[in-house]
Amino acid sequence: MALNEMTGALDTELVRKDFPLLARSVHDRPIVYLDSAASSLQPSAVLRAMEEYYEAHHANVHRGVYATAEEATNLYEGARVDVGRFIGAPDPGREVIFTKNATEAINLVARTWGATNLGAGDVVVLSEMEHHANIVPWLMLAESTGIELRYLPVDIDGRLDLTGLDAALDGAKLLSVTAMSNVLGTINPVGLLAERAHAAGALILVDGAQSVPHVTVDVRALDIDFLAFSAHKMLGPTGIGVLWSRANILEDLPPFLGGGGMILDVRLDRFLAAEPPQRFEAGTPPIAEAVGLGAAVRYLEATGMERIRAHELALSRYTLESLAERLGEDCVVFGPPAGEDRGGVFSLAFRDVHAHDLAQVLDQFAVCVRPGHHCAKPLMRKLGVSATARASLGLYNDRHDVDVLIEGLAEAGRLFA
Amino acid sequence: MADLEDLYREIILDHYRSPRNRGELPAPPAQRVEGFNPLCGDEIVLTLLIDDGRVSDIKIAGTGCSISQSSASLMSAAVKGKSLDEVRQLIGTFKSMMSIHEATLADEADGAPVEPEPVDVRSLGELAALQGVVKFPVRIKCATLSWNTLVQALNEAEPQLA
Repeated sequence: MALNEMTGALDTELVRKDFPLLARSVHDRPIVYLDSAASSLQPSAVLRAMEEYYEAHHANVHRGVYATAEEATNLYEGARVDVGRFIGAPDPGREVIFTKNATEAINLVARTWGATNLGAGDVVVLSEMEHHANIVPWLMLAESTGIELRYLPVDIDGRLDLTGLDAALDGAKLLSVTAMSNVLGTINPVGLLAERAHAAGALILVDGAQSVPHVTVDVRALDIDFLAFSAHKMLGPTGIGVLWSRANILEDLPPFLGGGGMILDVRLDRFLAAEPPQRFEAGTPPIAEAVGLGAAVRYLEATGMERIRAHELALSRYTLESLAERLGEDCVVFGPPAGEDRGGVFSLAFRDVHAHDLAQVLDQFAVCVRPGHHCAKPLMRKLGVSATARASLGLYNDRHDVDVLIEGLAEAGRLFA
Repeated sequence: MADLEDLYREIILDHYRSPRNRGELPAPPAQRVEGFNPLCGDEIVLTLLIDDGRVSDIKIAGTGCSISQSSASLMSAAVKGKSLDEVRQLIGTFKSMMSIHEATLADEADGAPVEPEPVDVRSLGELAALQGVVKFPVRIKCATLSWNTLVQALNEAEPQLA
């Protein structure tokens, strides 16, 4: 375990040894990976688990009776239990659904729960800081059913403005919000939002794509109804995501996609759907990816989410202080100041240098950041920018990474002076 | 940072800082077309007046990176006053310069390397400054955004002229 023996805190130097990609050089410089909000890196433990699965246990799940088929099924279902334990799910075997990613998880809710529980005039409340993945599925549902969408506004500090929360929730059937903004880093008060949504008679869906990898998310403690997240942002592989919901909600939902694995019986003129979660997992699932996700969850647990959060919070403070100290007013960071309600996501504007140009210059320093609208165009319009350069932290980042980022920004300033 | 200086040549930075033909012409009579680069959020509004078979005026509005903005500015300066035939020819030459990299890659994938058509860079004048972009494949779309928008504007305008 990558901990400091004296303090019990995260030892970044040890952590970094677990991530093979960090040994790479780009343009003759050691890579500085600051794009974990887009996708995290994977520790060797995850890569080994997937390789071992393919080398020793691969078979299709839920069908064969031979030894490796049973092993594969046990590994796949074991990953479901790991994921459930990680998010505090009371009944993982029935409540954790494997999807392609967080996007598909939200679409699943819109297409199944939304399509059967919402009709013309019903209200779904979103926020202005949502990723397109938590806007477009609801816009699509609005087009087909005539539901009404309301948006919680974002205030000048990049926090949700909750003064009109109860009015927005009045008569609403669902509140669907992100737990942490992928642009601003804002961590939203999900527990409070859940309480107010339930008081108004609405359910709450939480987009945990950014929060689950970085802060403790416990579905019971938060008292939420749906949670969507992606493996590849939490040290796992691409190609798998998770939808968690309460068993009593899932039981009443129609299937999502049709095919093998999601049925009890099929006749020429009808079919009988399987129980959750199989009801929502048509076709051969991403088995190796589930195994990798299970290993990622165990890595996060062994490291400790509290330690990860403490490390990223301290590094967030260092990042914001260093940017202010060394670049002054030339550099604007959107979102709240460092604190408990802010994660390690920094959307930057540097003088009038376009985000794309910043990212290009930073690439020459082997610094990986993301330029663009971050799939949150409504929020970008609100901020009054067309694009930002976003640097985002993971447990493997250290102060040196931040220093190189600042060195690169200064070079961009010189080039575009 | 030799590569960067190849990308961000002085002419490019000059057109980025002081874009030529900035603004919008009243449409109509001008042809107005919007172009988007959904990957990075660049947006361009191109307004174009065609008079007697020539681009008599052109203006560019919108936001984007130094490459997309300077390319638009360089393009507007290059096509203003030119006949439609000359403009089409210029578009062809510019696009060949920009597609050298992509064409080579595609040919390698086929296993049959084909020498790309040589581009007479001299005929491009200041536009040749954008040559460095081909070393940065991700940025080619930035450089070609305004040109694709121009093609769309011409395609929409020409039936009306006929």
